[in-house]
Amino acid sequence: MDKSINRKKQPTVLAIQSVDLQGPAIIKLDNGIPVYFLKNGTQDLLKIEVVFEAGLANQPKRLISSFTNKMLSEGTSSYTAYEIAEKLDYFGAYLDTIVDKDYASITLYCLNKHLDNLFPVFEEIIKAPVFPQNEFQILLNKAKQDFIINQQKVKYRASLNFPRLIFGEGHPYGQMAVLSDFKKITHLDLKNYYHTRYHAKYSKIFVSGKLPQDLDKNLNKYLGSLFFDENQSDFKPDFSLQNKKFENLHIPINKAVQSAIWIGKRLFNKLHPDFIGMQFLNAILGGYFGSRLMTSIREDKGYTYGIRSSLASLRMDGYIYISTEVSTEYADLTITEIHKEIDKLRTDLIPTQEIDLVKNFFLGQLIRGLDGPFAIHDKLKAVVLYDLDIKYYQHLIDRIMKISPEELRILANKYLSKESLIELVVGK
Amino acid sequence: MINFDKFSLENGLCIIVHQDKSTPIVAFNVLYDVGSKDEKPDKTGFAHLFEHLMFGGSINIPKYDQPLQKVGGENNAFTSSDITNYYLTLPKQNLETAFWLESDRMLNLAFNKKSLDVQKKVVIEEFKQVFLNQPYGDAWLLLRPLAFKVHPYQWTTIGKEISHISDATMKDVKVFYNTYYNPENAIVVIGGDVDLNQIKKLSQKWFGSIPKGNGQQRNITREPVQISAREETVRRDVPADAIYKAFHMCSRRNKNYHATDLLSDILSNGDSSRLFQQLVKKQKLFTDISAFLTGEIEEGLFVITGKILKGVDIKIAEKSLNKELSKLINHQLKESELQKVKNKVEAALVFSEVMILNKVINLAYMELLGDADLINQEVKNYAKVTTQQIKDVASTIFDKNNCSTLYYLSN
Repeated sequence: MDKSINRKKQPTVLAIQSVDLQGPAIIKLDNGIPVYFLKNGTQDLLKIEVVFEAGLANQPKRLISSFTNKMLSEGTSSYTAYEIAEKLDYFGAYLDTIVDKDYASITLYCLNKHLDNLFPVFEEIIKAPVFPQNEFQILLNKAKQDFIINQQKVKYRASLNFPRLIFGEGHPYGQMAVLSDFKKITHLDLKNYYHTRYHAKYSKIFVSGKLPQDLDKNLNKYLGSLFFDENQSDFKPDFSLQNKKFENLHIPINKAVQSAIWIGKRLFNKLHPDFIGMQFLNAILGGYFGSRLMTSIREDKGYTYGIRSSLASLRMDGYIYISTEVSTEYADLTITEIHKEIDKLRTDLIPTQEIDLVKNFFLGQLIRGLDGPFAIHDKLKAVVLYDLDIKYYQHLIDRIMKISPEELRILANKYLSKESLIELVVGK
Repeated sequence: MINFDKFSLENGLCIIVHQDKSTPIVAFNVLYDVGSKDEKPDKTGFAHLFEHLMFGGSINIPKYDQPLQKVGGENNAFTSSDITNYYLTLPKQNLETAFWLESDRMLNLAFNKKSLDVQKKVVIEEFKQVFLNQPYGDAWLLLRPLAFKVHPYQWTTIGKEISHISDATMKDVKVFYNTYYNPENAIVVIGGDVDLNQIKKLSQKWFGSIPKGNGQQRNITREPVQISAREETVRRDVPADAIYKAFHMCSRRNKNYHATDLLSDILSNGDSSRLFQQLVKKQKLFTDISAFLTGEIEEGLFVITGKILKGVDIKIAEKSLNKELSKLINHQLKESELQKVKNKVEAALVFSEVMILNKVINLAYMELLGDADLINQEVKNYAKVTTQQIKDVASTIFDKNNCSTLYYLSN
């Protein structure tokens, strides 16, 4: 054995102090849509993401937002659903549609060499969908069946119910779909929603990859004349609603082998001055593999395959939640342990060593999130949608570097009192 | 094109280096040539349990995760029927920590009793979370033993049953480690903005002195050819009927592999694919349907599975599905349809090269298959497939005597 190396000692650790983040080039299309260009990467491919403020919070009726988004590629004025599918598949493209609480987006991934063949169909998907009744019925049948299947998953049930518990039933972020909703929507609802929300004034475009030369011209040609009508009547969600009912919930499922446990509360979004501090506190509590919750509940006690704590930032609000699935017999013990860990954050100072470790992990995570053009794309989008710019990340680093145990304890007391946390258990 | 350099240490450890100056992180992958196929029938789930134990501390480093997190790194691992693969990513300036961590757990583990006890519980929770507490979650626990009677692919990586995990002993753990966790049974791939000479030096420094191991020979009995159709029907508390059809197919290294993969794409890759268009959209028999390969190195399975639309008789749905399969046997495919799936595969391959981590994992796997450079020949290998070859492969695979069908019915 080679005695010249000391295997007990970690090689020199070099701290991370800054990230090398190139800002995007920004242009405006003729119709006013801003486009953020990230030209990078080594492969001849690209991603075009068109984002609309057409998420769940903006829908006048439940389910409309997601169906509208899904139906965009199911038939347009010049192409049938099959022709669209055939074209996208033939040129090896991948179309992704995503809806979250605030936004609906439609993304085209393709090799650069096929872009010219794909642009006309992508244009139609965004500008001229016709929402055919037949395709809608097929999609509805599938979604309904999936919904019923998912109802059997404790985790799904918990994720569905939790926003309602913390924001309240009538709040735009507290909406919860139920089975009967599937009977209440028609393809005409989708058409109406499309005409009110898929507008230039609600849109932003992000492109990334090894971008071709004439991309800006082509974007303008195909997407620069998107319909823009200020007179459309628009549903205005009310984000100021307060949650009147504030209570824990237990949804019993008799045959459950495991229970899903969610604990958390309404908080704020990344524009709030305490957000970064809470993000850090969240990491300590349950935001990485070595976090306190993982260490205690998985690695020490073996109650679960995984437990995490997350901080969700929404456009107008935000929340923190701890989520796990544990054997039904461990459910009560797990809840007790979770509160014990939160309690410790409120009473004891976090050791400097642990803070240093999480600082490095946090910054490492940021850097690891810059691997490849699409990862940077997501990082950019996550700030631009809050009207922040890429400098936010340097601010984040500077802020994290200065964080102290005292500050974290103050935050824990301010935001994580036991009485303020709502508990949801789905299972036994 | 993915460039790389390859060298070996005296103890047999193969090291591959891929340089990519565009990324701020380094990805470090260690593939061990051991999977659930190497388990004994009465001790299944062991390779995967063992993967968990690899994070329980090594001979000189009591905790694996902490020092890695300290340098801003993150790691994970997965186990399949064929391999156990460990990977980590970290900011490039702290590359040496990866060498330190991975070499120490290749050198020896701490064999900590508490870690074994806890990870047994964690894996049992994983078993429940993924296989028992999910609708259709046990389908693979039923389908594999139906299709395989002799070959160890008959059990899933999580294992046949919970008791195999709870019965694992420290002695089992040690024997398993000594047999498989050796330099000559491993492939290391490092990717990122790294320097080849520096990697050579660090490799020698950290891995060079690890003893080579005792040359484990694999001796797995081949699955006999299936000669008659098999079926099984179960009733469960699920909302919709589902069907699973598993056909035996060729091995990963077989000359027909790429044609077989394209055949599955013709059936179900993308919204324009045959099964989706015919059975979901036109005939409205299924709500979703997919065809895919289970992806093993030795002879694995070509699986077609779908959920039946409420109110439709599963036998009628199956008949229409079989008709689609017959079409591929009886009619020659159009060139344009084949070109379509080739284009899709090409795009998917290029997209898989966007992230450094994917590249190193793929390089390691290709090296295990015989040569890391296979990664650069994949597009060509798919391009070579002809319509006649697709027809031949379809005729061989879609034989009713080669099929195991699981009817998973709603109560």
